[in-house]
Amino acid sequence: MREITYLEAIRESMSQIMRDDKNVFIMGEDIGVYGGAFGLTNGMVEEFGPFRVRNTPISEAAVSGAAVGAAMTGMRPILEFQFSDFVMIAMDNIVNQAAKNRYMFGGKAKVPVVFRLPGGSGAGFAAQHSQSLEAWMTHVPGLKIVQPSSAYDAKGLMKAAINDDNPVLFYEHKLLYSTKGEVPEEAYEINIGEAAIKRSGEDLTIVATGIMVSRSIEAAEKLADENIDVEIVDPRTLVPLDEATIIESVKKTNRVLVVYESVQRSGYGAEIASMIAESEAFDYLDAQVGRLGGKATPIPYNPKLEKAAVPQVEDIIRKVKELIGK
Amino acid sequence: MSQINEKEPFTKEVLKGMLKDMILIRSFEETVEKLFQEGKIHGTMHLCVGQEATAVGACLPLSDNDKITSTHRGHGHSIAKGTGIRRMMAELLGKETGYCKGKGGSMHIADLEVGNLGANGIVAAGLPLATGAALTSQMKEEGYVVVSFFGDGATNEGAFHESLNLASVWKLPVVFFCENNLYGMSGSIKEMVNIENIAERGAAYGIPGVTIDGNNVKEVAETTQQAVNRAREGKGPTLIEAQTYRWKGHSRSDAKKYRTRDEEKEWRKNKDPITRMKLELLEGNVLSEEDIAEIENEVTKEIEEAVKFAEESKEPDLDSLMTDIFA
Ligand SMILES: Cc1ncc(C[n+]2csc(CCOP(=O)(O)OP(=O)(O)O)c2C)c(N)n1
Ligand SMILES: [Mg+2]
Repeated sequence: MREITYLEAIRESMSQIMRDDKNVFIMGEDIGVYGGAFGLTNGMVEEFGPFRVRNTPISEAAVSGAAVGAAMTGMRPILEFQFSDFVMIAMDNIVNQAAKNRYMFGGKAKVPVVFRLPGGSGAGFAAQHSQSLEAWMTHVPGLKIVQPSSAYDAKGLMKAAINDDNPVLFYEHKLLYSTKGEVPEEAYEINIGEAAIKRSGEDLTIVATGIMVSRSIEAAEKLADENIDVEIVDPRTLVPLDEATIIESVKKTNRVLVVYESVQRSGYGAEIASMIAESEAFDYLDAQVGRLGGKATPIPYNPKLEKAAVPQVEDIIRKVKELIGK
Repeated sequence: MSQINEKEPFTKEVLKGMLKDMILIRSFEETVEKLFQEGKIHGTMHLCVGQEATAVGACLPLSDNDKITSTHRGHGHSIAKGTGIRRMMAELLGKETGYCKGKGGSMHIADLEVGNLGANGIVAAGLPLATGAALTSQMKEEGYVVVSFFGDGATNEGAFHESLNLASVWKLPVVFFCENNLYGMSGSIKEMVNIENIAERGAAYGIPGVTIDGNNVKEVAETTQQAVNRAREGKGPTLIEAQTYRWKGHSRSDAKKYRTRDEEKEWRKNKDPITRMKLELLEGNVLSEEDIAEIENEVTKEIEEAVKFAEESKEPDLDSLMTDIFA
């Protein structure tokens, strides 16, 4: 099959839907001829014109609120943030408006909006451009949180996100943009709330999100040389969470490590870990539920420090061995 | 770097210092770009080549007690405020001797000792911080003034509007200094605001707004001096819009499809703030060709020293990852 990058997969998915549905449009800073901060929207304004690929002023508060208002009245906006860190300026519109309007109005409104959020560290952009704050959003009832780890998943989940009648926060990872994978040309949808088993194994389950999926796969390949057989489950969407797939996997392997990039303390991995501990899988566990997340520090600029701030392949290997007792 | 004498603001010494600072800033930026291309600096950086006069002119009326807040495009502001280039360069190389111990990089250089409250990775975030620093000055009667630098693009953030209003109603000693270089990252200011001049926005908050030639360093200094005086006298903020142009792309990769090569050439050829100042000083017999050559040699030496210092400095220890999180 044809291979394209994660970045291209997201663009292709949005473009295919925009060709079919005139209500879908995209807004963002510098998404026109500049192509956005990462070049993701390259070529889109040329195809769809500036009416549907809308360059906005640097006004995250107004534009995010406008996206919610447009969504409530019949449009299906996609809003690109240049970096997920800038969502802070849009928080009221996401948390107090988008997430709650339907419920507060007694089920009357629909808010079909997608907020695209490039997150994560590893590119040398320092503390205000490298955060992984998706756990904040998972705390808010009314928001769906999607975090694809491959080009294939990104394309299918983007279609699902746009077609969803609820606000979806779509977390992309800057380091994944250039990674390639097999992606069908035709449009397809991956259900929001469906995990994927990225590698099957017998000895231990790693539940990994975002960039940690590929790092866990690399770790698993190295561990295989030492006869440790790791299964990797990627939830792909944090809200809703496919609990059943995770529980089944843990029941099979009897050991589990949750790996995530965000600060370990209060990160989404904490939720996954407690979900497992409270589930029927608890009786199957041969070791405590393990957790490996980022250090409780802002992301530093120096590349060595930056790497040390979040889990790397070696850290995952070390933690797996700890849990297995090797 | 020091307050100017208003009766005789532009002595030969002052003018020479201004020219030198502008040349230093340009040379610093060109060196940074080269080091970035060589892979010695990673991440990203935003260069202010072409905008040297705004930084130097606006900082001229400030003393060490006065403060600034800066932006992602902040190297020039830092240098003009007296932040040393050795430790700036070390920061860009991620070294322990950098102003942020290698933890901040280009977008976060800060030097509180000379009143540099920091560059900022968040567009318009400096304005409310400057407003707060001015509040301290007012409440503790410290007498200092804060100059807040920001770009044209930043004036569409709520933080800009809310800060101007707050500083106005509380009559805070702050100068809002907009470097209008005609573009955000790519967004042309003509498409992003529906007014002729950004300075008009001052009127909405009851503060004076002035539009000036940001590539005329003397005009920048004089205008800022007036705004600083007003602030010190307790009359509140001023909005200055200095029109200028960034010669380079927005950051590390920029095909510059949003503007024309002709427009770039026009600004480089006819409006270069450094060439203009040199010509003025030569024509007025203030400086000779030799004086200028001497300045340029000094700058070259200082830059070489800074690079050497940065390259020879040590990387931060891994232990430093978890320090400095709390006071
Ligand atoms: C809140 C926020 N939104 C967006 C960005 C991304 N961004 C960085 S610089 C920039 C353009 C800023 O334009 P302007 O204020 O005119 O400053 P200039 O770059 O021209 O100096 C943008 C959009 C950011 N850093 N912070
Ligand atoms: Mg600008």
